[in-house]
Amino acid sequence: MNRDEILRDVEKLLREVLSTQAEIKPETRLEADLAIDSLRAMELLAAVEDHFDISIPINVLNEVQTVEDLVDQIQKLLAEG
Amino acid sequence: MGIFDKFHRLARSLEEVRANFGNFNVVIERILSPTRAVVNGREVILAGTNNYLGLTFDKECVEAACRAIQEEGTGTTGSRMANGTYHSHLVLENELSSFFGKSHTIVFTTGYAANLGVLSTLVNREDAVILDADCHASIYDGCRLGGVPVYRFRHNDLDDLEKKLRRLREKDPQMNLLVVVEGLYSMLGDRAPLAEIAALKEKYGAYLLVDEAHSLGVLGDKGRGRAEEAGVEDKVDFIVGTFSKSLASIGGYCTSDHEGLDLLRYASRPYVFTASLSPANLAAARTALRILQERPELKSRLWENAHQLYGSLQEMGFELGPEPSPIVAVRFREPEKALSVWRGLLERGIYVNMVLPPATPDGSALLRASVSAAHSPEEISRIIEAFSAFAP
Repeated sequence: MNRDEILRDVEKLLREVLSTQAEIKPETRLEADLAIDSLRAMELLAAVEDHFDISIPINVLNEVQTVEDLVDQIQKLLAEG
Repeated sequence: MGIFDKFHRLARSLEEVRANFGNFNVVIERILSPTRAVVNGREVILAGTNNYLGLTFDKECVEAACRAIQEEGTGTTGSRMANGTYHSHLVLENELSSFFGKSHTIVFTTGYAANLGVLSTLVNREDAVILDADCHASIYDGCRLGGVPVYRFRHNDLDDLEKKLRRLREKDPQMNLLVVVEGLYSMLGDRAPLAEIAALKEKYGAYLLVDEAHSLGVLGDKGRGRAEEAGVEDKVDFIVGTFSKSLASIGGYCTSDHEGLDLLRYASRPYVFTASLSPANLAAARTALRILQERPELKSRLWENAHQLYGSLQEMGFELGPEPSPIVAVRFREPEKALSVWRGLLERGIYVNMVLPPATPDGSALLRASVSAAHSPEEISRIIEAFSAFAP
């Protein structure tokens, strides 16, 4: 799965979880721009885990500020197998 | 930028709530009994405590605590690792080991410190914790302090737990995996499916830690908690709990058959770097633990009260937690509705806990009512009557 495909899927998941039509770009900030609170963040995490069949430690959430950061984490975990 | 600017959003929410509903902080102006107190100048029935067996005013517990103060002083003024281990700390550890049928027990200064002390030390960056999403903050904080990677599974969702275990086990067959759940969840009062969770931990070669904070004295024939009730005590590696609920004191413990547990005493910062449990709290906890075993009728009365409150509120059409338990959670979609019912109950002389998002499990607002063995049938009837004014 390449980076663009991951980004496309993450965008789709974000729209589903947030029910938003807002523009989502790689640099979009999850909290500041999309107003994701802790509860929504956990829903998003669960949706991402199921979709990509990976497990994301919640510890990394502090490092995830933007959509791109999330894509980086997913790519890293997919590469680790 | 000022140091408190980060709380701007919190301050605004508080102002908004206070403007609409007035002050919602409760001060117990005078505590009268396990079930009665004076709040806002009037006597109320306490239906929002964790005093499950109602022992906070028990004559034996009070006398034991007074005696301990007179004989051993008001505080230990030292860490368990220095001058703060008294004979009675060791006696309580032995009594807990016998009660649970385990070989090792460590007593901590609070229940929070027990989770913090165990989880920050037992697992590290090389290991992984898989915890139920509804676990208590002390569990999250303990994991955070030790830096272990934490994976959440959806509350009581066995498929999700298995998915997490499978992925981690496939990634590393040798990694230490620790599953962490609670016996009885504090917000909705629902039990963990512990037999199934224990089977999964065996299947994937993981360890299992169960926090029995709300289930000690409440579940199991002998009151040992959810592990006893589910018949899986031999499969639970670590039981953590508190003295601040059924045992009517304060303090915490971890008990286990693993020999290594005692090593934590030398490595656990929340164990080493805090003063030890005071003599009065030790004595009260020891006495309550004995009473818990000697007076099983307390648990029966607790459950009669629980069934009566849950059944009545269910009949009235309130949206409740998934199963009857001494914690009866009433859910409201709108936090404003929860606030107004909470105030209305207080005006009618009933105190319950109010829990607002994001502290609630699913974003709804909760009124968390809880019962005690000490509630009389009349008090339970008055609680029900007060709720009936707000039936949907």
